[in-house]
Amino acid sequence: MSQRTVVIASRVGLHARPASLFTQAVAASGAQVTIGKPGGPSMDASSILMVMALGIGHGEEVVLESEDDGVLDQLVTLLETDLDAE
Amino acid sequence: MNASSMVLQGVGVGRGAVWGPVATVRPAPVVPADEPAPADPAAAKEKVLAAFAAVAAGLRAQAAGATATVADVLTATAQMADDPALRTQTSQRIDKGEPPLHALVAVVDSFAVMFTAAGGYLAERVTDLNSVRDRVVARYQGLPEPGVPPLERPSVIVAPDLSPADTAALDLDKVLGIVIEQGGPTGHTAIIAGQLGLPCVVRATGSSALVDGDVVAVDAAHGTVTRDPDDAMKAAVETRRAGLATLAEATADGATSDGHRIALLANIGTAEDAERLTAAAVEGVGLFRTEVLFLGAATAPTEDDQAAVYARAMAALDGRKVVLRTLDAGADKPLAFVTQAGEENPALGVRGYRLVRHAEGLLRTQLAAVARAAKQTGGAPWVMAPMIATVEEARQFAAMARTAGIATVGVMVEIPAAALRARDILAEVDFVSLGTNDLAQYTMAADRLLGSLVDLLDAWQPAVLDLVAATAAAGVDTGKPVGVCGESAADPVMALLLTGLGITSLSMSPSAVPAVRFALSRHDLPTCRAIGEAARRAPTAGEARAAALALVDPQVREVLALG
Repeated sequence: MSQRTVVIASRVGLHARPASLFTQAVAASGAQVTIGKPGGPSMDASSILMVMALGIGHGEEVVLESEDDGVLDQLVTLLETDLDAE
Repeated sequence: MNASSMVLQGVGVGRGAVWGPVATVRPAPVVPADEPAPADPAAAKEKVLAAFAAVAAGLRAQAAGATATVADVLTATAQMADDPALRTQTSQRIDKGEPPLHALVAVVDSFAVMFTAAGGYLAERVTDLNSVRDRVVARYQGLPEPGVPPLERPSVIVAPDLSPADTAALDLDKVLGIVIEQGGPTGHTAIIAGQLGLPCVVRATGSSALVDGDVVAVDAAHGTVTRDPDDAMKAAVETRRAGLATLAEATADGATSDGHRIALLANIGTAEDAERLTAAAVEGVGLFRTEVLFLGAATAPTEDDQAAVYARAMAALDGRKVVLRTLDAGADKPLAFVTQAGEENPALGVRGYRLVRHAEGLLRTQLAAVARAAKQTGGAPWVMAPMIATVEEARQFAAMARTAGIATVGVMVEIPAAALRARDILAEVDFVSLGTNDLAQYTMAADRLLGSLVDLLDAWQPAVLDLVAATAAAGVDTGKPVGVCGESAADPVMALLLTGLGITSLSMSPSAVPAVRFALSRHDLPTCRAIGEAARRAPTAGEARAAALALVDPQVREVLALG
């Protein structure tokens, strides 16, 4: 299992459109991915409800975990982008 | 009012008004309290999952035919219907032998409780969640999905709440307005109604008493819903409806009904703001607050950096007028690299143009940057200095600006001293612009940041009106332009008064322009003058506004909901 820690770049945090784009990307990858705050419980990263319920704000760190390193790298790039600005 | 009239008070969205028959929204399906545990949990699970999939597919199909904003909303709701956590948790409960619909409701409720507790954005998503739940429950039971029924005639939609998906699915040709009992002014229903230009009242307590066939008048400006409105109210609503339609489409330059021109301009703070004005019906920019560039910076921006920003703004305005105000730092806008620490009275301290006393280089760099941007873009910016108190300051600034290569130089009139001696100041410069917010602050000796003194800061205060009138008269006498770029320019009644006093341009937030343009177009110059005279005779701010309002055309009062 690989792990990545990433800081959320989207100004609204991981809500609304950024959360939607992120969870869609996870679902499209077909990989099992979890997301959580450092030290907190891990949630299914393809669930927009779970991701929103984490209440992750702009500039906060999250930990992603998956068996698939390639997918993890893509998701890190996505979260490092201000998804709300595009 | 008719005997059966009933007035509900809520929160209006926008200024629109409409009247028509009520169409109530199909209620959410009921989950039977005695729903039996499934004989075959596997089959029940299949059926629930199929209902989820059908709801998601239906929402996606609707999204495909919708405009961008609406499609986003529908897609987000579809994504909830597709959510793996929602499906997995529901399946797990059914596996344990729970009745399938109870399982679904319990799972949705657990998310709703969590979202409501989080508040804000998440709390507003509860409507979406409940909408997904109700749709899945209906599909499972073989019922039509809840929501807006097919409309046979133009109607006012009345519901406890509309999910974004419901709002998005509305047949707009037949929707006159929206009344909801719940929701809030920042909720999805309000936002979408605002974008669609539909009169909307949210939190209309008691609207659940309305039934199909009732006739209601919806007044978003006042936040009221009136059942069985009388003919007078219907006529007033029609007036507002027609007026607002004209207002939204008008793009003409600002002028009174007898053709006296008043330039309608926008206040901006950044080059991006200027770019957003490309399609806006404004004649240019009457106040470019350049300090936005400086605020938050640790050191002064270079001439190159500034020139690039000014050039971008001028290029975006493409030949339209632009008035730049030089750095207005100090007081409530401290600047790390120039503001003097330890001033006891910063509003009365070294701020605005006064910074030149110990940081002249800052102003010279800014003027050079503006001149360079003008040369690059072929623009002809007007440049003015804030916080001018004396003729010497005006003279000194004009000399500096002209040396830098600025052709049209002006100063702000926001200190009573400058207003009283406006004629002498206008002898030194090409134009002046009244900053009514600061002028009120300095005239009334009331800190404009103190909410508790807001009555003193009213631009209708007779003393403030006197100073505005004195400045305007100096402009008329000298034949030089006198603009207003404070908030008072955005008040349609004040705009008429200012026009009557001889003001030549009004600069405001772009969203305020249509109402001001409309008010001007419905009054001739003699009426504007009469409004000015009537207001100036009044001894108090309240009486001044009332006197002005009494001379405003009743139709304009109705359309703009001026009270």
